[in-house]
Amino acid sequence: MTAFVFYLFAALAIASGAMVVTARNPVHSVLFLILTFFNVAGLFILLGAEFVAMIMVIVYVGAVAVLFLFVVMMLDIHAVTLREGFTKILPVGAVVALVLFVELALVFGTWLMAPDLDAVRGAPTPAVGELSNTQAIGAVLYTDYVYLFQLAGIVLLVGMIGSIMLTLRARVGVKRQNPRTQANRPLEDCIEVKKVATGKGV
Amino acid sequence: MSELPNLIPALPEIFLALAGMALLMLGVFRKRDATRQVGHLALAAFAAAAVLALTFGGPRQVTFNGLFITDAFAVFAKLMVFGASAATLILALKWMEQENAARFEFPVLVVFAVLGMCAMISANDFLSLYMGLETQSLALYLIAAYQRDATRSTEAGLKYFVLGALASGLFLYGASLIYGFTGTTNFDSLAQGFEGAETVSPGVVVGLVFIICALAFKVSAVPFHMWTPDVYEGAPTPVTAFFSVAPKVAALALFLRVMSAPFGDLLAQWQQVIVAISVASMMLGGFAAIVQTNIKRLMAYSSIGHVGYALVGLAVGSAEGIGGVLVYMTIYLFMNVGTFAVILSMRANGRLVEGINDLSGLSKNRPVMAAALAVMMFSMAGIPPFAGFFGKFFIFKAAVDAGLIPLAVVGVLTSVVAAFYYLRIVKIIYFDEAGDQFEPMTAQARLVLGIASVFVAVFFLFPLPQIVLAADTAAKALFGG
Repeated sequence: MTAFVFYLFAALAIASGAMVVTARNPVHSVLFLILTFFNVAGLFILLGAEFVAMIMVIVYVGAVAVLFLFVVMMLDIHAVTLREGFTKILPVGAVVALVLFVELALVFGTWLMAPDLDAVRGAPTPAVGELSNTQAIGAVLYTDYVYLFQLAGIVLLVGMIGSIMLTLRARVGVKRQNPRTQANRPLEDCIEVKKVATGKGV
Repeated sequence: MSELPNLIPALPEIFLALAGMALLMLGVFRKRDATRQVGHLALAAFAAAAVLALTFGGPRQVTFNGLFITDAFAVFAKLMVFGASAATLILALKWMEQENAARFEFPVLVVFAVLGMCAMISANDFLSLYMGLETQSLALYLIAAYQRDATRSTEAGLKYFVLGALASGLFLYGASLIYGFTGTTNFDSLAQGFEGAETVSPGVVVGLVFIICALAFKVSAVPFHMWTPDVYEGAPTPVTAFFSVAPKVAALALFLRVMSAPFGDLLAQWQQVIVAISVASMMLGGFAAIVQTNIKRLMAYSSIGHVGYALVGLAVGSAEGIGGVLVYMTIYLFMNVGTFAVILSMRANGRLVEGINDLSGLSKNRPVMAAALAVMMFSMAGIPPFAGFFGKFFIFKAAVDAGLIPLAVVGVLTSVVAAFYYLRIVKIIYFDEAGDQFEPMTAQARLVLGIASVFVAVFFLFPLPQIVLAADTAAKALFGG
């Protein structure tokens, strides 16, 4: 049963991954990307990495892919014109990819965990039965890896400063809401009581 | 409950991070433009961080669960980064005031970039290395695109960003291969594991090659140099000045540590790769610079060449070679800062100029500036008694001692080629018809240029033994000495 589910997810992930790069419409590409993310999340669950799987769905599908979708819809991209040189570079690209694939196959074919390194392995995760993923990550993220966690925060801060610096423009003559003046406005300025004669209208 | 990690070794980084955030607040909440204040406080922060690094950095200390290291090497490299950043920031602040391009985010981003560089220099694990590298790179992409209304500046930022992201991808792929084949990302553990190893699994070597590619990109060595001329030319000139010193020193220090600390025992595996990169960089730096007409592009090719020479010292793979690289980079830093102080002052008729021919006849209009630039050019060409000669001398001596004689010969020959274009600038300054007169240099540029040219001119008299000794101690720290 597990094998069947694995092949189902894996095949769907590869197929939709291929569709991402071949789809004519960029919006379809993004939608296929979302499908790929879901299938990969399924594979992670099969591996017992439920935390990563949920992060995959929440972050990648929920945020990244939606952002991509916005970008694709906002930019006027002509996939056809983008693909003009495609057939010209295809043979070269194919050769490079083949060489890389053969190299990697050779590398992974001779997989050899350096035996001397058994003593120095990095923090192994506890067995799945002992502790859930989330607990295991939580136990090290703010203790052993607090330095990396803080640096990641700095990276995000720099990104934030940058996006504001590159896009924010102080424009003159913009009307801004000022709650204080609104609240402090005297009653006489806002309401005028008029005597209205019956049957005459204002 | 786990106990608090020892924060003392990381004090310079912690201080810089807090200072960066405080400066950001100051800049945001000041009503009027606070660039000048933020900039001056950033300079003070660099000085304070340098003091902290000197005070608490000395002996080898590892903290944060083995992610962070400080030793004599880290202190030496950090001091170089602080010095280079402070000098270029002084130049940049004045330049931006003149150009009416002052924005307080610039010094803040420089502080964060320096924080990233310190994290890179002090990395003792591939994870902390990557985080430091990203902090630095992200800040650098931003300051390259800082003049957002200038097409060339935004193009430079975008190009740098795309290619930098590619390099980060290469790095991550290499690091994941190494993790997959060894089970650890910690430098100490890797060094321990490879100690006296008979066979190395090919996966580790492939991962190592990917990492070398990524690091070669960061130091702009051939064949990963393509972004350098475009980014140097397109970015605002003070940013180029900053790029050509601080990140280069940091990336090179990182390169030295990664190759020597975890992979020191795999010298036979990576030496040939470094030799190839080094030869290619020296050649390209020598030949491609000849045809340049823009001085910023010329400096880009010149920096590619200099990285090639520095990598000769790395290829040696001994403490002597590493010490040579550190001396070389110290001298390079002074030469480049001095040269950029001149380039930033190339302003004729109220307009900035960047052509090499705009320098023609400078000796008649601005004799002192011309003399200082000539000193820099002689030094870059490696003509004694100027500092640049000694930098090359130590590197080539280490290479010859290690039996890498062909590499040293290529180095000497390419420096002859490079001497051609450096001396051509001297010829243009002194023997060509005088062109438009430049406006007088600002006090800041004068100060920086003065210090740099004095250092370069009298290097052999005064600071040579001290710097060589300090570099030697720093290099030995990498080899557990």
